[in-house]
Amino acid sequence: MAKIHVSTTINGEPTEFLCDPADTVLDTLRDTLGLTGSKEGCGSGDCGACSITIDGRLVCSCLVLAAEADGHEIETIEGMAGSDHLHPLQRKFLETAALQCGICTPGFLMAAKSLLEKNPDPTETEVRYWLAGNLCRCTGYDKIVRAVMETAAEMREGAR
Amino acid sequence: MNDQSHKWIGKRTIRPDGADKVTGRAAYAADATMPGMVWGKVLRSPHPHAVIKSIDTSKAEALPGVKAVATAADFVDFPVDTPVPLGIQDMRWMSRNMLAKEKVLFHGHPIAAVAATSEEIAAEACALIEVDYDVLPFAIEIDDALAKDAPILHDFIEFEGRKSNIAGTLEHKLGDVEAGFAEADVIVERSFTTKPVHQGYIETHACVVSVAPDDRTTIWSSSQGQFMVRAMTAYLTGIPQSHIKAIPAEIGGGFGGKTIVYLEPVATILSKKSGRPVKMVMTREEVMRATGPTSGSKSTVKIGAKKDGTIVAGQGTFYLQAGCLPGSPIRGAAGCAFAPYDIKNVHSFGYDVVSNRSKVAAYRAPGAPIGAFAVECVLDEVAEKLGMDPLKLRLKNAAKEGTKAAHGPTFPRIGYAETVEEALNSTHYKTPLTGKYQGRGVASGFWFNAGGESSAQVNITEDGNVVVTTGHPDIGGSRASIANITAELLGIDYDQVSVQIGDTATIGYSNLTGGSRVLFASAMVVTESTEQVIEQLKGRAAKIWGIDPSQVVWENGEARPMGEHSANFPSMSLEELAAKANATGGPIGAGSQSNTVGAEGGFATHVCDVEVDVDLGIVRVIRYTCFQDVGRAIHPSYVEGQLQGGMAQGIGWALNEEYIYDKNGRVDNPGFLDYRMPVCSDLPMLDCGIIEIPNPKHPQGVRGVGEVPLVPGPAAVRNAVYDALGIRIDDLPLSPPSVLAAIDANSRQAAE
Ligand code: FES
Ligand code: FES
Repeated sequence: MAKIHVSTTINGEPTEFLCDPADTVLDTLRDTLGLTGSKEGCGSGDCGACSITIDGRLVCSCLVLAAEADGHEIETIEGMAGSDHLHPLQRKFLETAALQCGICTPGFLMAAKSLLEKNPDPTETEVRYWLAGNLCRCTGYDKIVRAVMETAAEMREGAR
Repeated sequence: MNDQSHKWIGKRTIRPDGADKVTGRAAYAADATMPGMVWGKVLRSPHPHAVIKSIDTSKAEALPGVKAVATAADFVDFPVDTPVPLGIQDMRWMSRNMLAKEKVLFHGHPIAAVAATSEEIAAEACALIEVDYDVLPFAIEIDDALAKDAPILHDFIEFEGRKSNIAGTLEHKLGDVEAGFAEADVIVERSFTTKPVHQGYIETHACVVSVAPDDRTTIWSSSQGQFMVRAMTAYLTGIPQSHIKAIPAEIGGGFGGKTIVYLEPVATILSKKSGRPVKMVMTREEVMRATGPTSGSKSTVKIGAKKDGTIVAGQGTFYLQAGCLPGSPIRGAAGCAFAPYDIKNVHSFGYDVVSNRSKVAAYRAPGAPIGAFAVECVLDEVAEKLGMDPLKLRLKNAAKEGTKAAHGPTFPRIGYAETVEEALNSTHYKTPLTGKYQGRGVASGFWFNAGGESSAQVNITEDGNVVVTTGHPDIGGSRASIANITAELLGIDYDQVSVQIGDTATIGYSNLTGGSRVLFASAMVVTESTEQVIEQLKGRAAKIWGIDPSQVVWENGEARPMGEHSANFPSMSLEELAAKANATGGPIGAGSQSNTVGAEGGFATHVCDVEVDVDLGIVRVIRYTCFQDVGRAIHPSYVEGQLQGGMAQGIGWALNEEYIYDKNGRVDNPGFLDYRMPVCSDLPMLDCGIIEIPNPKHPQGVRGVGEVPLVPGPAAVRNAVYDALGIRIDDLPLSPPSVLAAIDANSRQAAE
């Protein structure tokens, strides 16, 4: 079957690729573009390990066809840190041990970043429901929720 | 405990592999590629039970893009009458689990595998493989498998002189239970069932394997032990272990489920036949149908106690599903169930039952939560009948130093009683419940913990830093704990220590990341190695100063002359000694390998508060605390992480997780949508009461931590639901339909 040509911006870089009609954005990121930071835990939208944003909106990249990305802006975990500094969420996840095996971490970080952009002062319940689409089997979520709330507080403090 | 005498032990340091893991750099197995790589896929059985009459792969082989096809005939044969044990596994069963031989034994059982230029072509080729089956009747549940006319899975299994699906038994006996029950004032007996639950690691099984024409093999895979991968692949493919380099990728969760292989030997044979590196990645559906889970169970427990609360006898019978091949964790169920208690008369019996389900794999304290569920639920009722606080009943009967456990050992200094005392004195336990349908439950649990083989190498770099290599995949932050210990022993800064996980060609044999053994065992060999390094450093300084090494001390990261020489030479840092290493005798470093002993058991007590929505049957956990004796918390955050993860899994097991089979013997919920693990909005914060009774047999006092926190969970939740509703539900999970049914049945009974 003929390949489809797609032009996108990924983490600020104009990026073109060819894909099959059935390829998902996750397949393309991982297998075509070598951006393996987004993980596949289920391929069905149930675990959130593949979370990215498209035009600022949080999505499961396993549920979006690669061809649909044409003309859109994608952000992945690879774009979250600067060359010499981590995003405050990344730093806080490390300080508070909010990861154990780490396979869910890229997805949680993308989801949490997207939450804090919309709601800089979330309650615990808001954090828990926002992150309910991301599965973690290791941590019981306690340290993840705390990390997100502490980061939010620090970022609010920093913004004042 | 806040021990000020330590600089790094007990500190919440940043894990050495952390930055890689929060930036997406960390390489898990499915992230690997190799030049010229092709993709492997597995053909799986459409039947739960059938004889394989023939397999014709010719059409698949002819499909353009297909590079190799493999069936069981391509692997080493392990006849059923000759046991080949490897750890707790047997290669007879491993080989048949990896690829069906004489029979398919469950829906989803692998039959053949294909390597092709794309995953799609490989899948298409699988569909072209023609298998001629003789379809057989099947048995899924324990009762079906034990019925008189049950379909027999294996002709070679006999029990009590007849062909049977009971593949094994295990018995622990202490004292005389009959005499014990005769003394009892109160006796409670109850039967329970639990469903199989999956380990639920978010990373599916994956590997990339490359076999060169001379059979030199490189395996990149996600497992709980690269040496296990090497050994099993060698056994199954016939390639010698020396030719196989198994590289441990970062692992995305295991919980016991990655202590065996499914893909690596298959990819190895496909690579050997195709001459190309082969990548295989399971889908979530494949994981749910054909890997793990832990056993479903059926058990009966009877406990007798005197009026004063002394437990005089305990008896338990535990039937555990093995899945389609022998080997359920009956030892964990029958061995751990009564272990927290000092009971003079105990009799526990385990039965290993095969049926047409995927073969079980280890899951966090395998079998122990099943045994504890039954015992801890019965104890709750015993306490009620005695009018005694359930924690006080446990405290009165707590096992302690000198208690003889039914499974064999006499306990050394253990911290079980402390876990109960801390629970009793906690603000959690003292805080009254407020809602009408709120309830509180408690339960305790035990896990054996393991020692075993570990290797470590500690090298000083030329610039005076330290590289530690161990042989255990790091699932939950063990690198950080090893770095804490090394920095502590050497008296240097944490950031000077780098910790690596070696591949099978780089580091000596190291047994699995499992049994709660990694920090226990690797800390021992790392300590030995580091102590040797310190001796070397003292020797080097002595040489430079021209004094006897016994006149040198190592303190705060420096060699210092002592005694008569103390004022003669300025102390020398690690950096200075490293710079002079070549002039003083060459590279500085030491390795240690050992079969560690002294792990000693771990104990925990959980307190759980729930609120039940009686209209919807939904049980919400509103507060939860785990009190556990961890020996010594080398890195408290990762200790808490183990406790919290275990609590969450126990809550999932209690409330929602289960395998549902359709009438054709197929798993009906093979995905995360319908196999319902706890999500963030299901849980409260999970509190930890860390108790540190140092293990006297370990240099840092470490006890295994990772598995115990799952053990009490299901019973604590169920006992809380009883407290909330006044209804004892004995079958897990307490999912909304089952809770509603119990409430309905109860009100019907009340109306009658
Ligand atoms: S892989 Fe996309 S949600 Fe799980
Ligand atoms: S840290 Fe392992 S799944 Fe979240």
